[in-house]
Amino acid sequence: MADVIEFDEKIDITDKVCPLTFVTAKVAIEELDDGEVLAIRLNDGEPVQNVPRSFKEDGHQVLKLDDNGDGTYTLYVRKVEE
Amino acid sequence: MAEAIDYKALKAGGFMKQVQKGYGSLRLQVIGGNLDAKAIKTVAEVAEKYGHGYVHMTSRQGIEIPFIHVNDLQKVKDELKEGGVGTGVCGPRVRTITACQGSEICPSGCIDTYTLAKELDARYFGRELPHKFKFGVTGCQNNCLKAEENDVGIKGGMTVEYKEDACISCGVCVKACREKALTMTDGKVEIDRTKCNNCARCVKSCPTDAWEGTPGYIVSFGGTFGNKIYKAEELVPIIRDKETLFRVTDAAIEYFEANANPSERFRATLQRLGDEGLREVVNKAYEGGN
Repeated sequence: MADVIEFDEKIDITDKVCPLTFVTAKVAIEELDDGEVLAIRLNDGEPVQNVPRSFKEDGHQVLKLDDNGDGTYTLYVRKVEE
Repeated sequence: MAEAIDYKALKAGGFMKQVQKGYGSLRLQVIGGNLDAKAIKTVAEVAEKYGHGYVHMTSRQGIEIPFIHVNDLQKVKDELKEGGVGTGVCGPRVRTITACQGSEICPSGCIDTYTLAKELDARYFGRELPHKFKFGVTGCQNNCLKAEENDVGIKGGMTVEYKEDACISCGVCVKACREKALTMTDGKVEIDRTKCNNCARCVKSCPTDAWEGTPGYIVSFGGTFGNKIYKAEELVPIIRDKETLFRVTDAAIEYFEANANPSERFRATLQRLGDEGLREVVNKAYEGGN
């Protein structure tokens, strides 16, 4: 259980509202290569409840959700090409 | 047309009297909100030929063709039937079985609602009872189909089991759970069963399938959403299999048939008699008795 997860790209979707939260994250992961990791900073509430699941449904590998302690979370997702 | 029109009989066949004399709105049989393309074409043709060229979508996923003249009714029914479209019912009997799209289509779904709606339709549709009787099937706790506004509402859910070996302690499920039933201590997730509402959001969100979900049916009884509004109540635990489900729905409908006064809704019967009697028969059915 590694405490620090290395990532290739980081985005912040805390200024976005549904459905742009996941849309933004989805576009960002599409830019990555297979196996690369995206870190996404997102808000508590609906984004943190739904965005991880949406990545799973798209076939990507969710690695970790970190509580940043400021009402935001960071989600780490490894890109899995179809 | 010297003879009087028997509107009660017409109503049983889904024909509802309109303000305009001699005309009615014809209700069609729709199961679980789905209608295939051929049926839609047939409906369109009939609406153009005999109605005013439009249909009305009802509040319970039905379709009605307004402005059908009573003299054309038989022809209309025959043409619909030829095109694979049945007619609906109105009056004191089991009405359209409604359903959301369920697990075959919707990522949130826990049960196959459409198949269940078809089975309920085959089992109960049109059955004569003391008053109207509505079934609704919704796939999950999001409750898009509003299960509790029906006389019998069925909602998909899952009973969940934690597989610690598969868990990567990512923390996603703890946040996905809206009931705050999950907590993580030292990388291990614990569930408070008293808070779990079987929504399966942990199962759906877990990246490593560390939550194993078994689908089930959450059944509630005695809802109405018309003149009076009451939320149907859960009287039995979550049901795991269809055999038990149908035993329970049979028990409920038989209880209503045996105990309701004419023109009395299920909820009114339960208010008059108390819900102990129903509670007893549905729980007996749940346990396996008749």
